[in-house]
Amino acid sequence: MTRNGWLATAVWAALVIAATVVVVFAHYTTDLSAFLPRSPTPTQRLLVDQLREGIASRLILVGIEGADSAERARISIAMAKRLRADPQFVAVSNGEPVGVERDREVLFNHRYLLSETVTADRFTVPGLRDSIQETLDLLASPMGMIAKSLLPRDPTGEMLQIIDQLGSERQPPSLDGVWASRDGKRALLVAQTRAAGSDTDGQEAAVAAVRAAFDEAASEGAKAGHAATGAGEGNGVGASATGRERAGGTNGAMPGSGGIGGVAGPATSAGPGGRRAAASLEMSGPGVFSVAARANIKHQVAVLSVLSTLLITLMLLWVYRSFRALVLGLVPVASGALAGISAVALGFGSVHGITLGFGVTLIGESVDYSIYLFIQSQQRNSALWPTIRLGVLTSIVGFMSLLPSGFPGLQQLGLFSISGLVTAALVTRYVLPNLMPPKLNIGDVTPLGTEVGAALQRVRAPRALLLIIPVLAAVVLYTHRGSVWNHELSALSPISAADQALDSMLRSDIGAPDVSYLVVVSGPSQEAVLRAAEAADPGLEALVDQKVISGFESPARYLPSLEAQRARQASIPNAEVLKGNLVSALRGLPIQIDRLDPFLHDIDAARNQPLLTREDLDGTSLSTGVDALLLNDGPRWSALLPLHVPTTVAIDIGRVHSAISDVAFGPGVEAVVLDVKGEVDRLYSSYLNAVVRLSLAGFAGIVVLLTLFLRSPARTARVVAPLALAVLTVTAGLVLLGEQLTILHLIGMLLIVAVGSNYALFFDTHAGSSPLTLASLVIANTATVLGFGVLAFSSVPVLSALGSTVAPGAFLALVFSALLADEHHANPV
Amino acid sequence: MNKVLAVVALLLMGAAEVSPLDRVMGALAERKHGHVSFTEKKFIALLDQPVESSGELLYDAPDRLEKKTLKPKPEDLVLEGGVVTAQRGKRHYTLDLKQYPQVLPFIESIRATLAGDRAALERVFKVEFTGDFERWNLELAPLDSKLAKTVQKIHIEGEKDFIHTVEIREADGDRSLMTISAAASPDVGQ
Repeated sequence: MTRNGWLATAVWAALVIAATVVVVFAHYTTDLSAFLPRSPTPTQRLLVDQLREGIASRLILVGIEGADSAERARISIAMAKRLRADPQFVAVSNGEPVGVERDREVLFNHRYLLSETVTADRFTVPGLRDSIQETLDLLASPMGMIAKSLLPRDPTGEMLQIIDQLGSERQPPSLDGVWASRDGKRALLVAQTRAAGSDTDGQEAAVAAVRAAFDEAASEGAKAGHAATGAGEGNGVGASATGRERAGGTNGAMPGSGGIGGVAGPATSAGPGGRRAAASLEMSGPGVFSVAARANIKHQVAVLSVLSTLLITLMLLWVYRSFRALVLGLVPVASGALAGISAVALGFGSVHGITLGFGVTLIGESVDYSIYLFIQSQQRNSALWPTIRLGVLTSIVGFMSLLPSGFPGLQQLGLFSISGLVTAALVTRYVLPNLMPPKLNIGDVTPLGTEVGAALQRVRAPRALLLIIPVLAAVVLYTHRGSVWNHELSALSPISAADQALDSMLRSDIGAPDVSYLVVVSGPSQEAVLRAAEAADPGLEALVDQKVISGFESPARYLPSLEAQRARQASIPNAEVLKGNLVSALRGLPIQIDRLDPFLHDIDAARNQPLLTREDLDGTSLSTGVDALLLNDGPRWSALLPLHVPTTVAIDIGRVHSAISDVAFGPGVEAVVLDVKGEVDRLYSSYLNAVVRLSLAGFAGIVVLLTLFLRSPARTARVVAPLALAVLTVTAGLVLLGEQLTILHLIGMLLIVAVGSNYALFFDTHAGSSPLTLASLVIANTATVLGFGVLAFSSVPVLSALGSTVAPGAFLALVFSALLADEHHANPV
Repeated sequence: MNKVLAVVALLLMGAAEVSPLDRVMGALAERKHGHVSFTEKKFIALLDQPVESSGELLYDAPDRLEKKTLKPKPEDLVLEGGVVTAQRGKRHYTLDLKQYPQVLPFIESIRATLAGDRAALERVFKVEFTGDFERWNLELAPLDSKLAKTVQKIHIEGEKDFIHTVEIREADGDRSLMTISAAASPDVGQ
């Protein structure tokens, strides 16, 4: 080995060790962040914050199916008890009246500060008479029992007004004392995690905790056996609310207990008779999805890389007939993958799962270099390295077009490919020859090359026919021009359709905030945004009346601005005036003033009571409501006002915009209407358009590069034409198969150009005359097709998109390169 | 031998005449639909005079009961499949009965009686029957001690398969009396 050889090998070994360390300690994510912009606008930032950390991202929706309703309720209660004690969860709701007492106490004690009907008019003689008459009317109604107990202290009905404001109507129905789906076949529970939705590790732990709580609760039931059934039937007030329970208890098995999602974990709860179906668990929510997606991507990346490595290994072993050559051939591949991952980890701070999946694809490509080296080193070929160098440069130019995309996921892929390919090429060039024995004994592939060459001669004649392909492809693309691209980000989502269906079912059962539409008001202080939320209230209320939206939430309902609270306090007259007004108001009403002494006492105290603060809500379920809707990021505060949408149809966002823009907000406060899904899709669509443009620029860059190196437009055309034909054919083929193209298909096209440029260049310089060159190209191509072909079968959409584009594309690039080659003279590089 | 005698005794008991309570319940259970008018008077100690309301009751076997109050303020209360929904003015409520245990027995006593569902009644109340099929009285006392703190007794009077009055006596001495009369509309008489 030469001195330079030793040096190169030593540098390589050191870098491999360093890269391994980086790869081991790198942080891996699978959340949406890779598809969100790096330098967002304020609206996009709000959007990203919501998707990553917002309340909706922290919800785990749980459905309990199977068994009977009493058993499901028992499991729900036992699970909730366990999860409430777990610090990983901020709140767990299943319809049990947990903390209701404390909530009511806080609301009742602050009713004159919270109730929106507390205005100066309220305590005039007519105001008092009307509100007390209203309460008396309520006494006559079935709700009278509630009204009666409140009457002496709250004759104007402020407490019921507050309950109205907070909108208890969104709760799911109850069965056996816990939330159940409308059809009564599923018990429901909602857990809010402390970990943000983007914290996949935290979500994974939370998901595991939910599953453990279910398993424990369900197995307790199994132990209790028939005892549980008996208890369910005779159980007090709640169980017998309708008299249906008995039927439910003996009916046993409910249909559909098998579960829908892949996340169902069966647990037995069958009694000794075994007649009842086992209860099963279903979970959904952004966190659950990202955990499942990460596991799925990890699993698939592992399986697919093993599979493609195995296939390529077998093929190379068959070709080389040398174990040593095989191992040596994988050195550049592994080095490239290591370099790619560590470059991304160092450049971006974390590696996205999709980038990792992309590592699999590199196996199929970087193995080419060593194949060229081993096979072509058997012949004198001075043009080998210059050709490979130009091929690598071509790939770099192509992938560089991804770097300015402003889309971290694509930037990662670009950086990964460039560093991976350069490393693989450099290792092949400078390290591999040092590791090779003086004479590498590999199988003779000359016969293969000769055979392929002969076959090419036979089919080369009618190559004018190739012109038909671009024409046909153009026709196909033109007729499908409206639907070639998929502009929805969900096209890239690794979440299966079944899981999405489960999610929307649980979501509609629970009435969980869909958070598709939000009004967000931001300002310099909590007080400022609470005031702004109050200012937006009348406009939004009008939209509810006009049925544009079905409702909305506001943090100011739980925690009014200090200004509003002070105004309410100020509207309460002093004790003498109030008493005088009350005496007049009660004239003609069937109630004596001394009955209302508690009211006079309470309201006088309310005039001077300390204002309600966020701390007063501690320990109540109201605090979770406020914290979800009131965000603080440094000096900036935001209040979220989620809009409730009547059905699943899109709302008239324009009317919300105009309702908000009419409001005069305070200084430094701004309001935006956020259409989350629409915004995400617009964002993705703009990326897609940008990347299409960038890819075309990359293609132009490749043409310029080739023209510079080859110094002949004709030669450039001969190199570029097969690549363009391959891309066109594959695109048209995918469109014909009904596939809608995503950003990942586009990456696949770049890969076709990157891989295919090597083929075209070899044909350009050697005119395919050497059987060894031909053989090496066929083998390299087979490796690529195997590597990507395996990906095409992945259930992760981004991986299958890559596979189904590159595998056929690489094959076609080789075929077209061979057919278009000028067989009569070889050109120097 | 003793065993055989016991079986014979059981059979004889079964063949014996049905109790008047079961007969009333059976007759009530046969009515699948009902549509009646009601007036309700609530005597509340806090108030100088009773508050009155009136409206209609609609019933569909076995578990849909609608109480349509027309006066003094329109209010619609529907019990269906264990869920109570109420419509009052613009507002729409869904009540979780477990959170309002005071409301439950009022509704359940009427519903279970209308359905002739003795088992459901006996799950919530201690049931005492006096009178005969022609003219009967039901005294319902809540089994649940918590419930007994708000509701002392429910007294239902009727003849054959028709309910005349439902009186609810609360623990604090307040009471309400609902009087039922034949349907205002001619479609289905109770």
